[in-house]
Amino acid sequence: MSILVDNDSRVVVQGLTGKEGMFHAEQMMAYGTKVVAGVTPGKGGQECLGLPVFNTVSEAVIATRANTSLIFVPAAMAADAACEASAAGIKVVVVISEHIPVMDMVRAKAFLKERGTHMIGPNCPGIISPGQCKVGIMPGYIHRQGSVGVISRSGTLTYEVVDQLTKAGLGQSTCIGIGGDPIIGLHFVDLLKMFAEDKDTEAVCLIGEIGGDAEEKAASYIKTSRYPKPVFGFVAGLTAPPGKRMGHAGAIISGSKGRASDKIAAMEAAGMHVVKELGKFGQQVARVIAG
Amino acid sequence: MNVHEYQAKELLAQYGISVPRGGLATTPEEARAVAESLPGPVWVVKAQIHAGGRGKGGGVKVVKSAAEAVEAAKRILGMTLVTHQTGPAGKLVRRVWIEQGTEIARELYLAVVLDRGAERLAVMASPAGGMDIEEVAAKTPEKIFTTHVEQGRFLWPFQARKLLFGCGLNPKQVGAGVALVQKLVLMAHEKDATLVEINPLALTAEGNLVALDGKINFDDSALKRHPEIAALDDPEETDALERQAVDMGLNYIRLSGNVGTMVNGAGLAMATMDVIKQAGAEPANFLDVGGGASEEMVTKGFEVILSDPNVKAILINIFGGILRCDTLAAGVVAAARKVNLAVPLVVRLEGTNVEEGRRILGESKLAFEVAGSMGEAAAKIAQVVGGAK
Repeated sequence: MSILVDNDSRVVVQGLTGKEGMFHAEQMMAYGTKVVAGVTPGKGGQECLGLPVFNTVSEAVIATRANTSLIFVPAAMAADAACEASAAGIKVVVVISEHIPVMDMVRAKAFLKERGTHMIGPNCPGIISPGQCKVGIMPGYIHRQGSVGVISRSGTLTYEVVDQLTKAGLGQSTCIGIGGDPIIGLHFVDLLKMFAEDKDTEAVCLIGEIGGDAEEKAASYIKTSRYPKPVFGFVAGLTAPPGKRMGHAGAIISGSKGRASDKIAAMEAAGMHVVKELGKFGQQVARVIAG
Repeated sequence: MNVHEYQAKELLAQYGISVPRGGLATTPEEARAVAESLPGPVWVVKAQIHAGGRGKGGGVKVVKSAAEAVEAAKRILGMTLVTHQTGPAGKLVRRVWIEQGTEIARELYLAVVLDRGAERLAVMASPAGGMDIEEVAAKTPEKIFTTHVEQGRFLWPFQARKLLFGCGLNPKQVGAGVALVQKLVLMAHEKDATLVEINPLALTAEGNLVALDGKINFDDSALKRHPEIAALDDPEETDALERQAVDMGLNYIRLSGNVGTMVNGAGLAMATMDVIKQAGAEPANFLDVGGGASEEMVTKGFEVILSDPNVKAILINIFGGILRCDTLAAGVVAAARKVNLAVPLVVRLEGTNVEEGRRILGESKLAFEVAGSMGEAAAKIAQVVGGAK
């Protein structure tokens, strides 16, 4: 089992005909993902990687029963693309694009929320349910099907953790990169709720970083809901200086808000298993799960 | 992107918000000319740097004659101003803003800010103006009033009224204040600002509202559609190395340690800095060469890291995903040769084709230390720079 994407996911790639879109669509198909269509306005009727290309997401949905969208379009058009997917009835929208203006996302998020669309990202590696479906740019082979859920604000740091889990003999149910921007779709708490109900997820890993208060909110939710599964937490950026954006648009300590030390303290107070040494992430999870 | 106070005030004025009359000076003589062009009897000379807390650091001076304005400008121009926001190195003052003094009855706080938690713009107001708003929030939260901008750019007048009555304004002042708040919200929307802060907002002796200071942060991702805002960027306010890195397309932040780092991906780059510190050494920088680091980016990364004279060793931490480790290793070797790398280098590679990648590094005859894990890499680098625990 898994959350959000699985064997029934039928993926339309918005921006399929671009270099990145084509490359990653091919990788996804090689992984076994059911990629069913591409959308590039103005290129409707063409074919790409053997897939039909449509002018609009609505046409793609009608013709191919796509229910999941992956967005690779340039930043200036990405929020619009997400709203188009939502309006077309797509249930899960994954936005890979980086440097999307934040006010665009404020508007897009409200639009998607009204229609009950789940958005992952932007500025994220995507989502994978190992052995079933990969909707994103992560290297598929480091994953293994299993029962650990992974939620992360980062890309390669997630790969690092997943790789360690796999090497420690722990497969994953679903791994989600929620994105490094100030305004994102699904948050830690939304996904924790889904993992709580997924009977095949036994434990969850939260990989956070400086900026915002998503980790504190997750910790508070875990505490107040008496979360039914063990949750492991890691926070990057203990040595990050305040006032500087550390690569991700959302990774910034503003005044005294968003510090790694506060996030770690909140996680500890919530009874989470906090991983202090990144190099020992896999081992620590394995030890706790083994009891 | 941040702008100077004088630029923020010009923008506020464009939106019809009152600001004191003033002018910019880069020399004491220019300061005299500005002061003489404004009616007294009081002027304020203010250092223009991208940091708050200028008054406490000696960067703001109230003067009573043009001659005093010249003296103040002499003292402030060229000084290195250290405030709680500049870091210990401080910032060199290249310009001063001289403005007409304002007769202040009360000082308020007003800001429009992106509220990440609420996922919309928030308007905040406080009767405790002129103070560090974080401190006000921590010590007297009842003195802060907040409301959120609903879908689109609309703010109902009642929302603004609530804030302004909360700040203790009388009905006439509230009327003017509502218009001011709405202008501020419009500006944040139109210019893609994530913060527009007026602190203090003066209620003058005559009962007018005047912005005595202005701080604006613009969304970097939206600058492409606002060339007039992008043109306000002052490159001198950014560390020279960081500026060079931006021009090369790198995410680089300079820090004070001596271990250079090069990592693919921002989260992993932060985590790498953290493990270096845990091992007893200090990172010299944050550098994300991108999730799919290429030889070209690695070469550029070396160039930027080595431009920092403090760097005594470099740790490269790469998780090869879709880009394979053998390609990356070949890139690192080629880049190290190209830049004649003279400082010790520890490389930690993981991911696709890692064995082949490590073999290429091993056979390169360059003085690499290859580490198998992040912990090992950090321990090795700490040993090299003599900071090992």
